[in-house]
Amino acid sequence: MDVVSGLLHGFSVALQPLNLLWCFVGVLLGTIVGVMPGLGPPATIAMLLPLTFMMNPASAIIMLAGIYYGAKYGGSTTSILLNVPGESASVATCFDGYQMARNGRAGAALGIAAIASFIAGTVGVFGLMLIAPPLAKLSLAFSSPEYFALMTLGLAMVVLLGGESMVKALLATLVGLWLAGIGTDLFSQTSRFTFGRMELLSGIDFVVVAIGVFAIGEVLANMHERGGAPAIAVPKGLRNLLPTKQDLKDSRFAFANGSLVGFFIGVLPGAGSTIASFIAYGIEKAVSRRPEKFGQGVVEGVAAPEGANNAETGGALIPMLTLGIPGSSTTAVLLAALVLWGFKPGPLFIPENPALFWGLVASMYIGNAMLLVLNLPLVPLFAQVLRAPTYVLYPLILGISVVGVYSTSGSLFDVWLLAGFGLAGYLMRKLEYPSAPLILGLVLGGAMERALRQSLMMSDGSLSILVSRPVPAVMLSLALLILLVPLFGKFNAWRVKALK
Amino acid sequence: MRSRSPDFWSGLALAALGGTIVYEARGWEYLGQDGPGPGFFPLWYGIVMVALSLLLTITSFRSTSEEAIDWRGAGRAFATWAALVIAVALMKWTGFAVAFAALTFFIACVMYRRRLWVGAVSGVVAAAAFYAVFVLALDVKLP
Repeated sequence: MDVVSGLLHGFSVALQPLNLLWCFVGVLLGTIVGVMPGLGPPATIAMLLPLTFMMNPASAIIMLAGIYYGAKYGGSTTSILLNVPGESASVATCFDGYQMARNGRAGAALGIAAIASFIAGTVGVFGLMLIAPPLAKLSLAFSSPEYFALMTLGLAMVVLLGGESMVKALLATLVGLWLAGIGTDLFSQTSRFTFGRMELLSGIDFVVVAIGVFAIGEVLANMHERGGAPAIAVPKGLRNLLPTKQDLKDSRFAFANGSLVGFFIGVLPGAGSTIASFIAYGIEKAVSRRPEKFGQGVVEGVAAPEGANNAETGGALIPMLTLGIPGSSTTAVLLAALVLWGFKPGPLFIPENPALFWGLVASMYIGNAMLLVLNLPLVPLFAQVLRAPTYVLYPLILGISVVGVYSTSGSLFDVWLLAGFGLAGYLMRKLEYPSAPLILGLVLGGAMERALRQSLMMSDGSLSILVSRPVPAVMLSLALLILLVPLFGKFNAWRVKALK
Repeated sequence: MRSRSPDFWSGLALAALGGTIVYEARGWEYLGQDGPGPGFFPLWYGIVMVALSLLLTITSFRSTSEEAIDWRGAGRAFATWAALVIAVALMKWTGFAVAFAALTFFIACVMYRRRLWVGAVSGVVAAAAFYAVFVLALDVKLP
């Protein structure tokens, strides 16, 4: 199926009334989640995952993806009005967005953020549409050794960019691999790490870990740190939210910069929208004719990071859908959702499920347009979400988490595990262990072990198969180089500086 | 008194977990006639986990915690977690609605110092909303 006929097919799926409704629900929920500090897209998607089992998969992925990119739009609101980023990817938006708001230009800042998000989000989907199908075809030539090497490289990238300490990121990955190994070994039917508990024979459900680490961990971390900045009044009326012609002129390069940087960084596993937004901001400042004004409230300082933050979404879906390698916590949860619905993301995903892939792509065009319409006039309304009392909000998140897990398995044992993973998620935040490597280790662990064991079966137990074939040899060498980064002082210092 | 860095303790805990993984994995087949056995992969990541966590422990051995631990904040987080655990335990006997209302009441009145009636109303309304949305509207079974 070529791009044009694929896209037409996609629009025929996405424009069905029910799918339009779910797309709207997704982007609306995403915007609200983005507005609320402390509840990110991975936690929301993980919490809603059990409810999607009753839905048609196309509608479900359209809604969950809507939450993913909708949160990017909403994240800018709190950054600009409160200097509180709804998620880490919105931190760079605070630098100039909050200053613009303090200078009385909150409306222009919110407006330019929405426009940049729309342009870059659309560019990201366009890239996804063009690059994903040929990449999937290329990866059809992959066998077990290539897959093992690819997953190792993906995990190494996540470790490289997961946090300041690569040792901690690696340890989190290993814990994820261990969690993935709990249960019955499919090759030999041996039960592993079940500690005599019957409930663990079928393994630990991904939903339990994801909701525990993200949602409950987040609530506990927020209980730890109470606080917030005083809100700045949101200008009323569409006219006051629209940027001036001069603002749009000043942001021309920032739109392009944010779109391209965000998309290409999104394609790399592990890089993520936080890094994309900071790099786009850095480039914008470096090429600006008025770099000294950055940080004091310049409009391009909002447009570049917001654009990058949104373009990243389209890029990040490419390795997830075509190679089965998620590059971030959110795409890991989306990957797990596809697997739980019975799909196998990878080279055959697009040819085998054209309605799902092209429906998703088309829905992202529609969703981005919906977000622009929603965000410009409704920003004042969304900002009211911040006034929801936290003593009601946090119990609600805990309650939804418990119900979500219980509805999946009907087991109170899983609810106990959920509480345990919630505590683990909180401790990981406090001890600065990144959660993305743990989740990716858990998602990829089973497939990675299977690929390794199948590779060794192909070679009668010789590890040379991993280095005698060119693709795995190159990928594993790259992974090794990445893991040795801490030994290269200058490069590691640059990495840590970039992450900070 | 200066306290040992948190990395020291987390490294030790992870070393213990890695040790357990290696110990368990040694009990399973490593290489069989059909290829690697169930012990192959866990043994290797267990060994790497022990090595890395010991590295973390050793490198943090000399460093002491620079920042004072916010025990008040940690206390709030642990108290909320303990309330969640008690609520989960209660669910077996009282059902979800009562346990959840009690959890909401605790968070509102104890953690956020709201008036008792505010906590009680929040708990009852939240539990009723859950029942209406999940049981009546979505036909989802509550614990």
